[in-house]
Amino acid sequence: MTLLPLIIIMLLTLGSAAVAMMLRNLIHSALLLILSWAGLAAFYLWAGAEFVAFAQVLVYVGAVSMVVLFAVLLTRRSRADLEVPPPALKRIFLAVFPSSLIAGLLIGAVMGAFPRDNSGPVPELTVKDVGFLLMGPHTASLLTVGVLLTVALLGAIVIASPEKPEDKP
Amino acid sequence: MSAALGTEPFLERAPLELRDWFVQLLTRWFHLPELLQWVLHNLISIVAILAVFGLFFAFTTIAERKLLGRLQNRLGPNRTGLPKFSRLLGGWHFKHKLFGLTQPFADAIKALTKEDIVPAGADKLLHFLAPVIVVAFSLMTFAVLPFGRHYIPVEMDAALLYFFAAGSATELAIFMAGWSSRNKYSLLSAMRALAQLISYELPLILSVVPVVLITGTLSTQQIVIAQGGLTLGFLPHWFVFTPWGFAGFIIFLVSALAESNRSPFDLPEAESELVAGHLTEYSGFKYALFFMAEYFGLTALSGLGITIFLGGWQAPYGFLEFIPSYLWFMGKLVLMIMFFIWIRGTLLRLRIDQLTRLSWKFLVPLALINLVNAAFWSLTADCSAPLQIARWAASIIVIVVPFFFMGRKLSAGFAPRTYRYAP
Amino acid sequence: MLGSGILKGLAVTAKNFAGSYYDPKRMVTVEYPEKATPVPENYRSFPFLVTENAEDPMGSLRCVACQICEKECPPQCIIIEKSKDKKPDAAGKMQLYPAVFNIDTSVCMSCQICVEVCPFDSIKMDQVFEVAATDRFTDLLLTREKLAKPNSYYHKIHPTEADEVDTRLTAERQAAADKAKTAAAAKAAAAAAKPVSPTQPAPAPVAVAPKATPPAA
Repeated sequence: MTLLPLIIIMLLTLGSAAVAMMLRNLIHSALLLILSWAGLAAFYLWAGAEFVAFAQVLVYVGAVSMVVLFAVLLTRRSRADLEVPPPALKRIFLAVFPSSLIAGLLIGAVMGAFPRDNSGPVPELTVKDVGFLLMGPHTASLLTVGVLLTVALLGAIVIASPEKPEDKP
Repeated sequence: MSAALGTEPFLERAPLELRDWFVQLLTRWFHLPELLQWVLHNLISIVAILAVFGLFFAFTTIAERKLLGRLQNRLGPNRTGLPKFSRLLGGWHFKHKLFGLTQPFADAIKALTKEDIVPAGADKLLHFLAPVIVVAFSLMTFAVLPFGRHYIPVEMDAALLYFFAAGSATELAIFMAGWSSRNKYSLLSAMRALAQLISYELPLILSVVPVVLITGTLSTQQIVIAQGGLTLGFLPHWFVFTPWGFAGFIIFLVSALAESNRSPFDLPEAESELVAGHLTEYSGFKYALFFMAEYFGLTALSGLGITIFLGGWQAPYGFLEFIPSYLWFMGKLVLMIMFFIWIRGTLLRLRIDQLTRLSWKFLVPLALINLVNAAFWSLTADCSAPLQIARWAASIIVIVVPFFFMGRKLSAGFAPRTYRYAP
Repeated sequence: MLGSGILKGLAVTAKNFAGSYYDPKRMVTVEYPEKATPVPENYRSFPFLVTENAEDPMGSLRCVACQICEKECPPQCIIIEKSKDKKPDAAGKMQLYPAVFNIDTSVCMSCQICVEVCPFDSIKMDQVFEVAATDRFTDLLLTREKLAKPNSYYHKIHPTEADEVDTRLTAERQAAADKAKTAAAAKAAAAAAKPVSPTQPAPAPVAVAPKATPPAA
């Protein structure tokens, strides 16, 4: 009974991801993928990690989805390009094989990370604690991510900037 | 909404006690289990918010039309009275049309009874879902606004982040609306709307970060509580009365106007721009839903601005606290909405390139400088009296000088307009 | 400085807002239909027939059924039928009058050509625009009863034009009366100077006393 929300979230996430892979219309697939990201955010909420859940919605549903949709729409030549051809059997097999390998790896890693007895109290982690942890023991990773973001932003500005007059003939 | 209010004045706790009494009543009658009591408790809160803000939305539409009229030297709508009730009122209604205040209900009936046209080639599911999603997420942002001392629907630690997350999901619905119409102009306009929304999310969030820095919490209720008291003996401790807070408030205002697609940033939905932009193929109630979602977004953003900069439900001075906190919040909300309407009646619409240039080249650098300013402010909080003056002066200079220079760069190359007439 | 224009604009609209409450002359709109904006004098909607006095509209129409306006009307919306008998007009001359004078206002395009060509100043442009009707064929076809309006009304809606028309008409009638008087005097003098011949019948009295009635106010 307590797992009912988890089961619903699981069905939503995995179901929308699976249907996204199967649909022919590219935009519908993209929107279902966004739904599966939202399902992941719901999973984080169920697990009690509010900060990560809201960050997931803000970043994925709010921004990455825009990037995906813009990329899809701006790189197609006509509406016909949005139709994805149905997969051949060989492609399905080539997709199943590596994805099952990765799934096995991930499942093994996740299940191996939990201690054998987890009967202790659930840790209460507030946003303040997350903040202190980020600024304390994990400062290095935070700063690295910051530098990465800065570099990416500068690169985007350089790519998007208009050409200098001397480049034109 | 939290309880623990035995000592509050009567007006303050009256709605909460009413709700509790009602839940108790139904529990006694139907022997409700704990879960259903909790559901009923929160359901009443939700219904109350929907009713209050639905009526507020109606009030905003008529206030906007009448205010815009008066700002443009004309009267707004003043004809809608109460139809069919004139016989009851003995004909008094014919002479007095209630100042046109029932106009929103007339508009609602019109929107409901219009034919709902869906283009033949449209993506039916997306076309239907877009207004639903945009209204749903706009309403979800109301959950973390503190309307009064004990009146916050959901109290959570990461409230501010939740607000921005829910707000950013509405942009997806705009894209869905533009795409599903199967109209290349709607799609183009939806792309422009998306570009505008993404450009202005950054200054919006960056203008709020200094407040988080100073108060050290993401919870909206804590931010309001941190704004109690008086600085310098006469100024309320609201963040808008500090230099960095004032700059942040201005940036927040501009970004809030742009985030809710409102004049002077209403390029996506203005009548002379690609018809109605991404809303072209919507008619009847779906159009009304989009309209409602825009106003809900505006109200929510105003509410957030009040919470973060204007002191939320705090009264400015102690002797004014006999007015309940939720009335203070509503009053400030009404003032902010009127200010937005005033801006709408005054300013011209910006082009899309002017919009994006304003955001990326002006607001974002200023917001970042403001962040540094707020950090300086919080580090020098405990210094002595003459240094306080230096602190205020330094803070103000750090805001005014970049604003001046970047403003000049923004409008560079444009001389004042000259008019030449034929001889 | 950036923003100074915005502040000035906000001040202007604030003044508009405050002024709209205590200064009704600022308003650019009126609350129609309770109040109406005054129409300019040259405004025109559809034609009407001028009558000399209000008590006897059908008897004092200036129109003599010459059918010039019917022929000149571009969409041919005027329908005129001459009468079989003659009636004296304002100057006393016996003139025909229109037994049927219909204007189809659903066709009329308000071009004012009928007014320009009328030699008798009998058809002028009206200014009524609240003429919405429910039946196109009966309510929008104006007969001469509906078209006839007194000269006083013409003065009310087109004061300068009406004054000019009235002075011209009075002058014409005065000139006609003077001419008739001199002709009668000459005739009488000629009759008195001629020797009386028994075979010649006495000349029939010709002159009719000109009734130079002033325009009924």
